[in-house]
Amino acid sequence: MAKRYIAIWFRHLLTDWYIRKHPDCGNLPLVFSINQRGKQVITATSKKTEDAGIYMGMAVADAKAIFPELQVTAYTPDQEHTLLNALGQWCIRYSPVVAIDQPDGLLIDASGCAHLWGGEQNYLTEIILKLKAYGYDVRGAMADTIGTAWAVSRYSSDTIIVAGGFERKALRPLPPASLRLEEALLAKLQQLGFHKIEDFIHLPLNALKRRFGQVFILRLKQALGAEREDIIPIGVPPVYEERLSSQDPIKTAKAIIIALTNLLDVICHKLQQEGKGIRTATLLCYRIDDQVVQITIGTNGASNNAAHLLKLFELKIPTLAPGPGIDLFILQASLVEDVIAAQEKIWSATGSADNNITKLLDRIESKIGVGSVKRYQVVEHYWPEMSVQVIGVKEEQKMMNAGDNKEQVNLLQDKNLLLNLSTPRPEKLLPTPLPIEVTAPIPDYPPMNFRFLGRLHEIKKADGPERIEREWWLDDGEHRDYYIVEDAAGRRYWIFRLGHYAVNQSQWFIHGFFA
Amino acid sequence: MLTNKAEVIKRLQQDILHLQGFKSKNSEEHLLGLGPVEAAFPNGIFATGVIHEFVSEGSEETAATFGFVSGVLSKLMTDARPCIWVCPSRNLFPLALKKFNIETTRIIFIETATDQESLWVMEEALKCDGIAVVVGEIPRISFSQSRRLQLAVEKSKVTGFLLRSFKAQHVLASVAKWHISPLPGLCLDGMPGVGFPQWKVELVKVRNGKPGSWKVAWMLEGFEVMGMDGELLRQGDLLNPLQKPPLKASHLQSKII
Repeated sequence: MAKRYIAIWFRHLLTDWYIRKHPDCGNLPLVFSINQRGKQVITATSKKTEDAGIYMGMAVADAKAIFPELQVTAYTPDQEHTLLNALGQWCIRYSPVVAIDQPDGLLIDASGCAHLWGGEQNYLTEIILKLKAYGYDVRGAMADTIGTAWAVSRYSSDTIIVAGGFERKALRPLPPASLRLEEALLAKLQQLGFHKIEDFIHLPLNALKRRFGQVFILRLKQALGAEREDIIPIGVPPVYEERLSSQDPIKTAKAIIIALTNLLDVICHKLQQEGKGIRTATLLCYRIDDQVVQITIGTNGASNNAAHLLKLFELKIPTLAPGPGIDLFILQASLVEDVIAAQEKIWSATGSADNNITKLLDRIESKIGVGSVKRYQVVEHYWPEMSVQVIGVKEEQKMMNAGDNKEQVNLLQDKNLLLNLSTPRPEKLLPTPLPIEVTAPIPDYPPMNFRFLGRLHEIKKADGPERIEREWWLDDGEHRDYYIVEDAAGRRYWIFRLGHYAVNQSQWFIHGFFA
Repeated sequence: MLTNKAEVIKRLQQDILHLQGFKSKNSEEHLLGLGPVEAAFPNGIFATGVIHEFVSEGSEETAATFGFVSGVLSKLMTDARPCIWVCPSRNLFPLALKKFNIETTRIIFIETATDQESLWVMEEALKCDGIAVVVGEIPRISFSQSRRLQLAVEKSKVTGFLLRSFKAQHVLASVAKWHISPLPGLCLDGMPGVGFPQWKVELVKVRNGKPGSWKVAWMLEGFEVMGMDGELLRQGDLLNPLQKPPLKASHLQSKII
């Protein structure tokens, strides 16, 4: 396919932007200035000041002499770049490959894009008109080569489309400066009386090369398409990305779902063929008022099931603000993983490929928040409140998938068994132990009664003590002596004494309730 | 003629029970070892695929309810299917599950912030087949909300346990309503210590069944149901509820608190 490029030239980028942001100063002559060796020098001019004869590099003092009401704004370095980057991002709606052309232009790789807008004329006109509507004084041109598009956009009086193969003809009437040459070289050409490209384009390349050097030939060849030229696009799109633009601005949730369904079908088909699935995906919605709104979903396991992913997105669609309408949707799968066949089987009772539960957990997490779904695993800590650990759904899968590490898994299970059977644990554990008042007869005997929440519990039966040491490598302090006690009504509690018995000084706590 | 009529009525009753989700006598795979308690259900089988409601008050009763529910869970989670436990905060201490022979990792806890979230999660989970039981700690729930849960299980055949506060109780669309309270532990042969946990299990309401209350203990491997005089009705000694269900139920009920 033939390459097509668009070059866009922002003739007064900074001042146009300033006026757009400050509509009230629209009529004043405006310049940007920078302090250069103690002198204020103009770095950017508006159309109005330019017409009055003020040019870049002029001292502000001189300009003020001509124009007393001149408005001077401080110039911050790299401001153009930031601005061009934002404009470039906006242009991504027209083509995925957009590059910044310092200091005041954009380059768009339009190959295979124009037909979506009904032809090159419509395509280019739409871009230029939209930018003009934002208040930018722009010129654009389209050609087979970047060089020609650049030259025509800057040195031709109108918005022009150069048909493929007509680069030479389009370049002929333009000045040599349109070839993106250095000042010294331009001066040399000027001296030799080469005022237009047609003055030297017919000369043999060898002769030109001897006289003007390699760079000159390169630029000429690039403009004519004899030498390849690459651009570095901004925001390189992810591999798994699908785009869908709409003729009319979309505002309703129903329409968004339709768009999303289309995008998901395409992307899931692609993923299925490659055996991959989505872990994280983002839907970017470009609104006609230049805003971008987005929603992101995450899954517990790689999924390429369009219906399931749509359900996850549906939960978030109410948070999308369509504003005046959305005219472009981009679905990006930002995190993609291999779909493991075994993973789909996890949890399923029958062993069929049924991943209903993974889907359910995804839906729950996307509705009430990541981290709300938890499972617990026994860990080797003495203290009860530290002896369980949260594990994710993924983590155990890893453990289960590690078929070759069976011994390790067995070991882990055995350890858990030992840890648990020997030590009964309460059904309800308080997050932190609460102090209680206790009457204890003699050391290392369970107490006779205790008072908790204002009620006196008479202890009838007791088990214990079970001494749980503090993990001295983590922190220091007293150990705990736990008793399971049962009161007259059969209610069972888990209480402990901190440290050794001390007459009238022992500290007692309640830590849980047994069934 | 009379016998004919009786037979027809009996068959119709069976059909109705079947339509309501109760299993017929033939499917005995879900016997919980709860003998007379199960006999209180229609057909003498603990109803699965329905909503059970548990009311409790205070931490002690909550712990007792957790204990009884865990025991039932261990009997229901016999295959690979997991259990989902919806809770506002982590109340159940996972290590306690070992006592009931449940792997701690088999239960997926879902921590919710509000009752509304809990209800949403519970309903979604109940709709998802492939889950053994969904337990929801939802203190406040309205009749219509409980009706939604019941409708969800009627389709998916997942069993739902609703744990709610005693104070807020009112009529819900559940098939059974339980009240579990602690009883002094069961010590065999005069052994010291607190012994095996034991509860007063009240089946306050059961649709088409016979409510009652029993003494139930959890031994190492399963439930033991006791007479109120402390005599242990061992599993083997228990009158088979399937053989003589009416006698069984009435006999026990007369003994009960």
